[in-house]
Amino acid sequence: MNILAIDTSTYVMGVALLKEGVPVGEIVTHEKKNHSVRLMAGIRSLFNEVDLEPKDLDRIVVSEGPGSYTGVRIGVTTAKTMAWGLGIPVVGVSSMEQLAQNGRHFPGLISPFFDARRGQVFTGLYEDQHGTVRELKENRMAIHTNWIEALKEFSQPILFLSPDMEKHEQLIQDELGELAVIGSPMECLPRPTELALIGMQKPVQGDTHTFSPNYLRLAEAEAKWLEANGKRKENG
Amino acid sequence: MNQQNLATILAIETSCDETSVSVVKNGREVLSNIVSSQIESHKRFGGVVPEIASRHHVEQITFIIEEAMNEANVTKEEIDAIAVTEGPGLVGALLVGVNAAKALAFAWDKPVIGVHHIAGHIYANHIVDELTFPLLTLVVSGGHTELIYMKEHGSFEVIGETRDDAVGEAYDKVARTLGLPYPGGPRMDLLAQQGDPVIDFPRAWLEADSYDFSFSGLKSSVINTLHNAKQRGDEWTNEEIAASFQASVIDVLVTKTMKAAKDKGVNRLLLAGGVAANKGLRQALTEASEKEGLKLTIPPLKLCTDNAAMIGAAGTFLYWSGKYADDRLNGQAGLMLD
Ligand SMILES: [Zn+2]
Repeated sequence: MNILAIDTSTYVMGVALLKEGVPVGEIVTHEKKNHSVRLMAGIRSLFNEVDLEPKDLDRIVVSEGPGSYTGVRIGVTTAKTMAWGLGIPVVGVSSMEQLAQNGRHFPGLISPFFDARRGQVFTGLYEDQHGTVRELKENRMAIHTNWIEALKEFSQPILFLSPDMEKHEQLIQDELGELAVIGSPMECLPRPTELALIGMQKPVQGDTHTFSPNYLRLAEAEAKWLEANGKRKENG
Repeated sequence: MNQQNLATILAIETSCDETSVSVVKNGREVLSNIVSSQIESHKRFGGVVPEIASRHHVEQITFIIEEAMNEANVTKEEIDAIAVTEGPGLVGALLVGVNAAKALAFAWDKPVIGVHHIAGHIYANHIVDELTFPLLTLVVSGGHTELIYMKEHGSFEVIGETRDDAVGEAYDKVARTLGLPYPGGPRMDLLAQQGDPVIDFPRAWLEADSYDFSFSGLKSSVINTLHNAKQRGDEWTNEEIAASFQASVIDVLVTKTMKAAKDKGVNRLLLAGGVAANKGLRQALTEASEKEGLKLTIPPLKLCTDNAAMIGAAGTFLYWSGKYADDRLNGQAGLMLD
């Protein structure tokens, strides 16, 4: 299977290609620059490098979120429109699952997270199962202290992975002490080839038209409106 | 510019709360023009919420592209280029259209063309009646109030613009003061048809040689008048206020447009933008143009409000002159027209 994978859910921009299921190249940048300006240029140059054409693709895999709303939208819009144009499926993978995969040989729990401002994180909980991570707790947005508090109950070593580690490392250490394992800088960066490999195994769900980001959070105006109108948000 | 070449353009417009895709042939023939409005989603917020608009665009975009292709009954092989609004507008909303256009252009190996939203509004007139030069366009919308002089295709000279509120903005604000539901502009126009302009609201003429506009003073004057009337116990009807407000707006717009047309020596006039749907304005501009012997073009309602056909029409001329964008094309909230 020839696969293009796209990840713009954080400031890390990732593009990867698999040829016949084998990773043949990836472009990853860690700079806080505009995805909209750079993504398509990156995709085109990678195709040129590995001698593939868009029409050779069998599916497109994209990081569907959670993450930066605008970032996720750029990736998802690009992925679904290209997939529609080529008549191939688009497959979404959780940005948390993609990141957790970096720690798959860790003999304990894996908690990937992105900073979500005001002490909050987008996060989830995974563990290794024969080289592929399995979800233990579903992705969510949480106050990081509350989340870590809940993790204490597992009484197991926990590997934390995040491109925003700097801001949260102290808190994790303070709360968990010896149970906390902090990922290395490279392990903390989402990799597009991992995304492609996860997406290759996933069944295609739903159709391209209805495919949309998993924001994990309502738009602020929407949340406020629901609050003011006395309704509970239905899912989150 | 080689206009002999036939051109079939797929155009995408997502600058605000309308997801629109169109297929336009040779700059004038609209094979399809699908517009998916989100107005129902934003009504309860009293205005367009950018994040919600962006979310809707992502959910709608390929649906609308497919519908436009099906209705036009063209294959991807028949498409020569993808045109897209690059700005101005809501940046998050623009980004969806721009990235969709680039993705499709890459998938289909077609050039991509970035179009200025206001150029699109102007070229809506080309669909109705071929543009002839020199011409003058009055652009009126929720975000714009501009007088634009064109000596040829692709050449835009902004000779006048609003110094504060756009016309549509002033309409919406006054409508809100009157307690009218969003969007207020069309309702104000409707009320104005039913009332008499009995209140003499101010007209902002600015300097004698200026083609600029200002509507914030008028807006304040309406609000003050309402306030004072309430204190004194006299009541104006909403119809009278709307009619008086509209009379002031139209007087300034039409007078300045006619003066600019005369000074610039043009005999072709265009009306463009969402507020071009305003009946009072259409009527006043038609009468003034007839009196001055100017040829006036006003697009039908569905080409006045945001739509992709107008982007396709403007994009066709960029295609003909080889002005393609590259992979770095971006959505730009404050893009200038030049
Ligand atoms: Zn517009």
